[in-house]
Amino acid sequence: MSREKDLLRTETMPHMLCPGCGHGIVMGALLRVLSKRFENLDNVVLVAGIGCSSRIVAYIDGCTVHTTHGRALTFATGIKLARPELTVIVVTGDGDGLSIGGNHLLHAARRNVGLTCILFNNETYGMTGGQLAPTTVLNAYSSTSPYGNTEPAFDAANLAIAAGATFVARGQAFRTDALEDLLDQALDNDGFSFLDVMTDCTEYFVRKNSLGTGSDMLFSQGSVDKEIQADLAASPTIRPADGWPVRDILPTGVLHQAPRPSLSARLSPPIPGATR
Amino acid sequence: MVERRLIQGNEACAQGAIAAGCQFFGGYPISPSSEIAEYMARELPKLGGVFIQMEDELASLGSVLGASLAGVKAMTATSGPGFTLMQEHLGYATLAEIPCVVADVMRLGPSTGLPTSPSQGDVMQAQWGSHGDRSAVALAPGTVEEIHDLTIAAFNVAERLRTPVTLLFDETMGHMREGVSFSAPDPSSLWRRPTPQQSPGHLLEAYVPNEEGVAQVPDFGRGYRFHVTGLMHDERGYSTSDQGVAAALLERLARKLDPVEDWFPPEEYLLDDADVVIVAYGIMGRVAKQAVDRLRTEGTRAGMFRPTVLWPFPARTVKQATQRARVVVVAEMNAGQWGIPVEQAMQGRMPTVMVNCLGVGVDELCEQVAKAAFSEAGVA
Repeated sequence: MSREKDLLRTETMPHMLCPGCGHGIVMGALLRVLSKRFENLDNVVLVAGIGCSSRIVAYIDGCTVHTTHGRALTFATGIKLARPELTVIVVTGDGDGLSIGGNHLLHAARRNVGLTCILFNNETYGMTGGQLAPTTVLNAYSSTSPYGNTEPAFDAANLAIAAGATFVARGQAFRTDALEDLLDQALDNDGFSFLDVMTDCTEYFVRKNSLGTGSDMLFSQGSVDKEIQADLAASPTIRPADGWPVRDILPTGVLHQAPRPSLSARLSPPIPGATR
Repeated sequence: MVERRLIQGNEACAQGAIAAGCQFFGGYPISPSSEIAEYMARELPKLGGVFIQMEDELASLGSVLGASLAGVKAMTATSGPGFTLMQEHLGYATLAEIPCVVADVMRLGPSTGLPTSPSQGDVMQAQWGSHGDRSAVALAPGTVEEIHDLTIAAFNVAERLRTPVTLLFDETMGHMREGVSFSAPDPSSLWRRPTPQQSPGHLLEAYVPNEEGVAQVPDFGRGYRFHVTGLMHDERGYSTSDQGVAAALLERLARKLDPVEDWFPPEEYLLDDADVVIVAYGIMGRVAKQAVDRLRTEGTRAGMFRPTVLWPFPARTVKQATQRARVVVVAEMNAGQWGIPVEQAMQGRMPTVMVNCLGVGVDELCEQVAKAAFSEAGVA
């Protein structure tokens, strides 16, 4: 146990996230889970790629590495195999993790590398100015889909399940209590855990599509969750004029659990046949 | 008495790596380097190390950098197309100061080219393949035994200076078998990376350089909490957009490599009275040496200079070796990639002729050298 604010590098503040961005909410949830589980982060390695979400690791007082675009999982694989006793958490975005880094996601899941991969899914490339992502919902506008997106979006969780991830869940910046619980369960799994987390880019995605404010977007996350849809009847509904949904209706919570030995467990000696 | 054995260049590289203390290999199959990965796959698990075949070359070097950050000596091996894919991570390792070794067994390019044919076409790539003004280290062994010894040396440079080191040899050397007699290096001769003087905990000095200009970054999971990034960073390791800080960092990364040239003495052959100096490295050193002998029997005072470090460019050594020459001939298996900096180092003091030695043997090299010596400097 520690205090979540003790896990922050206050000297790196102010942070660079935009007003209304959901990433800080997700980071807050992560900090609360880490503070519950660890006295300090001496043996916790946070590995990030490139993009808005990947910047958050610099604010956390652990062993942090901000790697190259899309390749965080490859660094994380090396770290975990070299030192299986370390807790490894990968922070990635939807462009970073599913587009440029998509291949690495498939293979890290297949290998069941013992780490937790948190994918901050805001349906766009925020850092570079709101371009089309492989998660942008059909018809949405972005700076590289000025006439509307013609490509369907990836379901990141289904992808991870198909590739062999042993714990897969979907959370939301809107429901931090549920998100904390999912993060906790992900960290409990000795294998490849994958979390697809809905979070919104108010500066680009929301503005390009005239969707309202950060809080409007948070409520819209809730509206895809059938369980709480009814409670949100009174809240603003987020729909652009031509009526297409802001995001695909996707299930939340724990989506898949299929434990099997992690890569480190399979590699730990003695390996039959490999003797001097 | 050390036992003499007949082994392949690629095997010698793998054995050198293990002798240097390499405990992690992340690789991807590619001709003509695959025997290095195969050897490591077989031997590392017996030694408590880790071998992993990654999904591509970006991933290979990424895993190597991760393992290195976790405190383990790590390497990968590849060839031209794979080396191209590794360029981004070579740049990352340079800027973030992560020790690692990359063996590039060169084949004929560009593109898929001729995968089983030797070449020295990656020489410029080893220096300038990654974007930005990267300060690179590249070593070029000339015999199977030297592949072994320079692989150990590559780990030492990588660790001491916290930098990626590329080993450049070619298909012929990788697959050639020679009699060798390795002895295990003295453990005290093996370098370990500099780590911080401060006590563990929240560390704000991870990128404060030591007296050799090298950052003192701790290994992950040793009680220090700190940040590593491929962004321009200050001495805390935190990103900055201050251009002055960025310029000073790049200057330090270049300056820390200054002594490398002095650590790797060249092979010099009959240079004392040579009018014609043939500059050749790697496998071409053998061809050049034979050409020197032949030319001397024909009356031309020729000599050979074979560097074992190509980058950072050993300007002092090259100048010294060519001091009294009347013409310099750079004989390499490419269109003049190392010839360009050699010519620059001559500063117009004498003509520099580049000979593309792809498919060129001793006879043709002698012919070309004699022709160049006569037409450029009147040397018969």
